[in-house]
Amino acid sequence: MSDSTPAVTREAAETADADGGAPPREASSIRLEGLHKRFGRDTVALDGVDLTIEAGEFFTLLGPSGCGKTTLLRILAGLEEPNDGRLLIGDRDVTDTPPHRRSVNTVFQSYALFPHLSVRDNLAFGLRMRGESAAERERKVAEVAEFIQLGSLVERRVDQLSGGQKQRIALARALVCEPDVLLLDEPLSALDAGLRSQLQVELQRLQKRLGMTFVFVTHDQDEAMVMSDRIAVLDGGVIQQVGTPGEVYEHPANAFVARFMGHDNLFAISAVDGDRVETRLGWLRLDPAEQRAEPDGWLLIRPETLVLGDTLPAGYNRLEGTVEERLYRGSRIEYRLAVNGQPLMVVASNLGQRMHAVGDRVVIGVCPEDLVRVAA
Amino acid sequence: MVESSLTASRRRAVVGETRHLLFSVTPGAAWITVFLVLPSLYLMAVAFMTNGPYGLPEMPLSLDAFRQLAGFGFLGWSPGNAYTLLRSLWQTFVSTALVVIVAYPLAYYITTCREKWRPLMLLAVVVPSWTNQVIRTFGWMNLLAPGTPLSDLAESLGLIGPHMGLYPSDFAVTLGLVYNFLPFMVLPLYAAFEKLDVAQVQAAQDLYASPVRAFWHAVFPQTLPGLLAGTVLVAIPAFGMYVIPELLGGGKSMMLGNLVARQFSGGSNWPLGAAGAILMLLATFVGLYAMRRIGRRLGGGEEVVI
Repeated sequence: MSDSTPAVTREAAETADADGGAPPREASSIRLEGLHKRFGRDTVALDGVDLTIEAGEFFTLLGPSGCGKTTLLRILAGLEEPNDGRLLIGDRDVTDTPPHRRSVNTVFQSYALFPHLSVRDNLAFGLRMRGESAAERERKVAEVAEFIQLGSLVERRVDQLSGGQKQRIALARALVCEPDVLLLDEPLSALDAGLRSQLQVELQRLQKRLGMTFVFVTHDQDEAMVMSDRIAVLDGGVIQQVGTPGEVYEHPANAFVARFMGHDNLFAISAVDGDRVETRLGWLRLDPAEQRAEPDGWLLIRPETLVLGDTLPAGYNRLEGTVEERLYRGSRIEYRLAVNGQPLMVVASNLGQRMHAVGDRVVIGVCPEDLVRVAA
Repeated sequence: MVESSLTASRRRAVVGETRHLLFSVTPGAAWITVFLVLPSLYLMAVAFMTNGPYGLPEMPLSLDAFRQLAGFGFLGWSPGNAYTLLRSLWQTFVSTALVVIVAYPLAYYITTCREKWRPLMLLAVVVPSWTNQVIRTFGWMNLLAPGTPLSDLAESLGLIGPHMGLYPSDFAVTLGLVYNFLPFMVLPLYAAFEKLDVAQVQAAQDLYASPVRAFWHAVFPQTLPGLLAGTVLVAIPAFGMYVIPELLGGGKSMMLGNLVARQFSGGSNWPLGAAGAILMLLATFVGLYAMRRIGRRLGGGEEVVI
């Protein structure tokens, strides 16, 4: 990078001000082909992962612990070598490139700041290792420190920082190197809820402003949905589904994804008759788009699509049930109903309507277009 | 009325607290006074007295002992004591450095082994030190004496003259010191390696540090407290070591400890011995202070606890 080129941060900030945040630099795409990773003899961490991450995308690897998401991230960073498969960043095959030769930087879950160095030296570490001049380092560190609004802290030692400050320093330490790809390994998991949601928004804004490719790892589906352009849901070292937050949430590819995205209302389909399917709730009519002849898989009913009330709009499926439990959540009210002996969750917005009491008989309306068939 | 009862109860509390404090502090304070402070004062007093005809300290007070320690005698200045002091410093430096060179990889190696083997390996490092130091040193004498396989090998390689043997020599003293103090370096280093934050090492690699630089910037600083603690545990006793130079040096490789011991045992010169002991104490304090400073500077403020 020549001296006349301003650091990515300032450039990005200026561009963002000027024309509304168009990507200021060439971001890199990532291609994974048939990645396998085993630990020891029988622990399979990744079992054939094929994935393309677009340049400038905020991409999230989502899954429960042990699903392989962190292994995948570590392979991207070069800290883990795949047993099989190929990894391309941009157009370069970096499968065998050691971590210090990859233009990829990581924000570690534990932050992994160097406690024997000041904040300034932590921020300058990557630049120093890359052999950039002292003047250049100074300029870039000052810039990034200002960018993350921690300019006043650069002389401090790491153990004098709060959790949120450490998190920002870890982020800045990676960003100042202007990598092609930024990897984030559950960087928000150690923070309290308030700070966490604030940083979720900040991170997402930052990514849009820099136009850098972000690969984010989390086990929190809400976090994934809020922040990501696209999500890959992993389980057992296999990608279960890749899609936008809307696609993954509303049309989960299988029962695992549906459950992981927080859906409780999943009912096994026992019979199909034309546009109707049978579950333990009873017969329900589906949208023609969801119709398939095979009586297999699951029926997903999202709790927020259900309506309670005596008068239902035309065309709605009609169910009857009893209120077993009511949870008052302020903005919404959650009911656990029993329908034909099956538990059914309903989430109603709190619009000031009369609440149903435990034990009430209620009529539930289900719009056919909101019913989704999910593979086993 | 209310006020006076308050002050009374308060006074009672203060008296009770004072009594409690006295009970808890007195035994320790008495121990330190009797076994540390008084002997030290006695030692200092002896050092400033004059040597009598039978090697016992006498009045008047003088600086004779320190003059002698510096090498000034009846026949003018002689370098013998200066050599002893320098040899002590040199032996301490060389043996500590060698201990570090052996212990550092060893401690690292033990941490990379399976968890169930580690206690056994540490035990193997420590067990020799359960045997009496004198016996172990005699063992080395037998191994290094002239005519033994090791000495013959050294002779055939031309490292030593014919029939010299590896013992007695400066080399034998260094070897004895390294062997003796190895566990004191391995244990603190092992502790440092065991709690090593691997994420820091990976962060360094991620931030473009080659493996060698990742070691210097992310591994070494983390092990520094252990290294400094080990250095203190090795260097200070080594500096004052008596048994090993006495036995393996064969009287030719005297260190400060031997100089001090001779002044007392031979009945030759108590004030000189006391002065030597004070020099040793001072050197220890200087060494400890230096370690503390180095630890603060390089270790990110983490205190080296001794």
